Amino acid sequence: MNQPNRIDGGQIDRATTLKFQFNERWLTAHPGDTLASALLANGVRLVGRSFKYHRPRGIFSAGSEEPNALVQLHKGAALEPNTRATTVEVFDGLYATSQNHRGSLEYDFLAVNDLLSPFLSAGFYYKTFMWPRAFWEKIYEPVIRSAAGLGRLSGKPDPDAYDHGYLHCDVLIIGAGPAGLTAALAAGRAGLRVILADEDFRMGGRLNAETQVVGDMEGAAWAQAAVGELTSMNNVRLMTRTTVYGAYDHGTYGALERMTDHLSDSGDKPRQVLWRVYSKRAILCAGATERSIAFGNNDRPGVMLAGAVRAYVNRFGVAPGRRVAVLTNNNDGLRTVDDLRAKGIEVSAVIDARKGDYLVNTTGRKGLKSVHLNNGRRIEADCLAVSGGWSPNVHLSSHHRGRPIWRDDIAAFVPGGELPPGMIVAGAANGTLTLASILKEAHETAQRIATDLGKSGPTGEPPKASDEDFATAPIWHINKGKQRAWVDLQNDVTTKDVTQSHREGFRSVEHLKRYTTLGMATDQGKTSNMLGLAVMAEASGKTIPETGTTIFRPPYSPVPIGAFAGRARGKDFRPTRRTPSHDWASENGASFVETGAWLRAEWYARPGERGWRDSVDREVKATRTGVGICDVTTLGKIDIQGRDTAEFLNKIYANAFLKLPVGKVRYGLMLREDGTVYDDGTTARLSETHFVMTTTTANAVLVFRNLEFARQCLWPDLDVHLISTTDAWAQFSVAGPKSRALMQKAVDDLDLSNEAFPFMACAACTVFGGTPARLFRISFSGELAYEIAVPARYGDAMIRAMMAAGEEFNLTPYGTEALGVMRIEKGHVAGNELNGQTDARMIGLGKMISRNKDFIGAALLDRPEQTRDDGLQLVGLRPIDANVNLTAGAHFLNPGDPADMAHDQGWMTSVAYSPELGCSIGLGFLKRGSERHGETLRSFSPIRAQDVMVEVCSPHHIDPEGERQRG
Amino acid sequence: MIINHPLLGPRDAAEFVYLGDASLIERPDGFGENAEDAMYDYVYLRDNPAGQHRELWYHEQGDRSWLVVTRNTLTHEITAIELARDVARSKGRSR
Repeated sequence: MNQPNRIDGGQIDRATTLKFQFNERWLTAHPGDTLASALLANGVRLVGRSFKYHRPRGIFSAGSEEPNALVQLHKGAALEPNTRATTVEVFDGLYATSQNHRGSLEYDFLAVNDLLSPFLSAGFYYKTFMWPRAFWEKIYEPVIRSAAGLGRLSGKPDPDAYDHGYLHCDVLIIGAGPAGLTAALAAGRAGLRVILADEDFRMGGRLNAETQVVGDMEGAAWAQAAVGELTSMNNVRLMTRTTVYGAYDHGTYGALERMTDHLSDSGDKPRQVLWRVYSKRAILCAGATERSIAFGNNDRPGVMLAGAVRAYVNRFGVAPGRRVAVLTNNNDGLRTVDDLRAKGIEVSAVIDARKGDYLVNTTGRKGLKSVHLNNGRRIEADCLAVSGGWSPNVHLSSHHRGRPIWRDDIAAFVPGGELPPGMIVAGAANGTLTLASILKEAHETAQRIATDLGKSGPTGEPPKASDEDFATAPIWHINKGKQRAWVDLQNDVTTKDVTQSHREGFRSVEHLKRYTTLGMATDQGKTSNMLGLAVMAEASGKTIPETGTTIFRPPYSPVPIGAFAGRARGKDFRPTRRTPSHDWASENGASFVETGAWLRAEWYARPGERGWRDSVDREVKATRTGVGICDVTTLGKIDIQGRDTAEFLNKIYANAFLKLPVGKVRYGLMLREDGTVYDDGTTARLSETHFVMTTTTANAVLVFRNLEFARQCLWPDLDVHLISTTDAWAQFSVAGPKSRALMQKAVDDLDLSNEAFPFMACAACTVFGGTPARLFRISFSGELAYEIAVPARYGDAMIRAMMAAGEEFNLTPYGTEALGVMRIEKGHVAGNELNGQTDARMIGLGKMISRNKDFIGAALLDRPEQTRDDGLQLVGLRPIDANVNLTAGAHFLNPGDPADMAHDQGWMTSVAYSPELGCSIGLGFLKRGSERHGETLRSFSPIRAQDVMVEVCSPHHIDPEGERQRG
Repeated sequence: MIINHPLLGPRDAAEFVYLGDASLIERPDGFGENAEDAMYDYVYLRDNPAGQHRELWYHEQGDRSWLVVTRNTLTHEITAIELARDVARSKGRSR
């Protein structure tokens, strides 16, 4: 037997032995052990170093409140720092290491901080690292950062999977101790849909750790019987290893279930599941947390909460020490003495602080050796059980800002103020600290809820128990000695830090917290907040309720970011939208670019091309001289139908739409109500009552939302109906001088001559022998061009059929880059120009806006900034030196002016290399730009280190008269 | 939050998109008297009450209804939910 501190009894499976490692040492444990109980069983008392002073620290508690025993689990990418040894279940092969030391755990170089402690008190950083200023970032910050923190992250992507889930219930019961189990039994018997969740892997709460009797059974056995009955009920869901960490709105709770953390092999299951629980009612049965008493050197390994000592002895079958001293201010703590003696463990001293006995100091550098009493006695002890009374776990009750209220009789805060709607608190969490009362209160609470929700099934009787004596006295700390007395073990806050905070004027609890970092560690001060408050209250001569308490916010205990992310990470962060021609494009050398959630072909590389520019230049030339094809499915498509559709569109678009003839397409400009350009696109009229609108790819969802707003909220009696058909139609742009010949081949029975089907015509038709289609003669490239739409399921077949039909014309697929080059050559605006600050005048469309109708944006068109004489206007730009590549984002300056914002003339919005013109070209906004064609300006980009001369020209770099697209 | 949709029953707020003050329904006539001033108020000025607030929510991941939700901004208590179209009509909006 290599577990020297293992004793009889406990809820562990001794038939099975597990092997695990701590700091590279192989140790053994049994199923039912936590890492903490297993370390204690193996005689390991020193498990970590403290945050600031690097003091040796041991195990302090037996639950999620643990401030001290933080360890790192696993190796490599799965490494997880700051894990509480008291909640980690041991499994075969578990690998754990201690953290926050340089060198070994036993000989930590940074322990020198402890000697420097007189200089490291509260506010030390703020006071010390002020001068010289030049040291802030270069010296102080790197040094502090390297010394700060506890564990270390692996720095690698988290290899585990996390999931999200949703649950619904009548009543959520938070905590499965005596109160939670009793409430669940009553609610379950009444027929309510119940979820019972507990953070522990074994339900029963304190019943597992105590020797109390419920009914005729030992508490732990009664708990297992209750779990058995609950398991048999179909309307009850039992969730162990599940922390309800937050109370949100309208009965919604957040819960984290640890699915595979306790297994050697997760079997490809998600590691943790983040549940969103929807409840009609919730009963908070979160129990209470024991607190400590502050006295000199009360942080040594071996100093432990009394309730934790009982848990190790009774539940885990472990002796936390062989000679145990007990310090208490209440009768509950005295129970520890009986429990220890019942297991044959020597109790070397019982110090009842209510009788005027107290401790002034302890000894034992890496583990407790003795305690020093005020009467001068030194008592040998390798473990000290401390009880400073119990604080109800009110956390979730104040997640909606309800302030806890003080109860003198138990010297603790209890839930008060406004609780989250639907929440009722029962048992120790409610300040009901004795067993019989807890069971009665929980039972009656569940009964009341059942009646409220119309369930009147028999709930049975509450289990019988006796109310133990719980007398407690508010004794918080003993400041008689010279030694430091710890309040917050995790953040190394001592009573001196708290009194110093008071002396320096940080007296509000919120200031105290932030100045001393009391309660700001990962344990959020579960065992320390009350102590800190009490010390502050004493220093300021106020009562504790007058001093107040900080507010609790979610989460109750730490939740991994990975759990919040769930499956939504990496490529699954959001869905990927693929165009109908995606597979074909992949087969043909396309590389893809993300545009929103869409993947679009950016260019199609061919053998021998030296880079993307070769491909793009070729695609542009082929389109401008022959014919090219591009998938434009990603543009938003909205099908609009109804008797009043033309009138509706006339209110939506800034230009006139009322008289758009059937069979025609019109460019439409959408403004925001503040007069700024919002979106643009084309809208086709297929019949008197049927229109098809296109939007930009980026605004497809937003435009649809706005149209619904206009339809429902602004003009509710117009007969207009909308449906998004972006995904329903595969759409291709076919552009270039040979596009007519190609399209004539593709469409069935439709005359595409310029007279029969002119620029801006549209028609429903069929292609390739009967496939339904819509044809639009519109052009973004400036060439003779069409857009052809077929139902999306034919999209892949369509691109293949088009490529086959186009072989004789050398049909060339082009991507978004070539699309961009051609629109810049043509002077069409896109996202770079329509950036949310653009007025229609700036892009030369001022005259297009209708002045004799009301539409969205009509009233705020003519404000001073929009009508100023030196307003910005869209221009084209070309480098004076044709070998220069222009830079988007560069600002324009008059030659000779200094480069500052006072002399700013505008900026370059888009640039491209024009194969047709053989040089770089740009679009930009320039003050009074349309009057300044021919001028020479400086184009200055300090970020890209470019300072070149450019000539202003028309934004229509090619075919300014539009002859090609009309031809 | 849970929004009790008048047509669909209780739905999680994650299905909705929030817009803001329900006064956006009361769009002034762009050609009316003092249209510019009225529109300026409409576009830029909102009350920001600590308490009852009537606001627009859009059921984007659902039936695409615009709703007017009366919500207490301090407690998130929701006391009334109406179809925005009904509210618009009750304010005399038509076509």
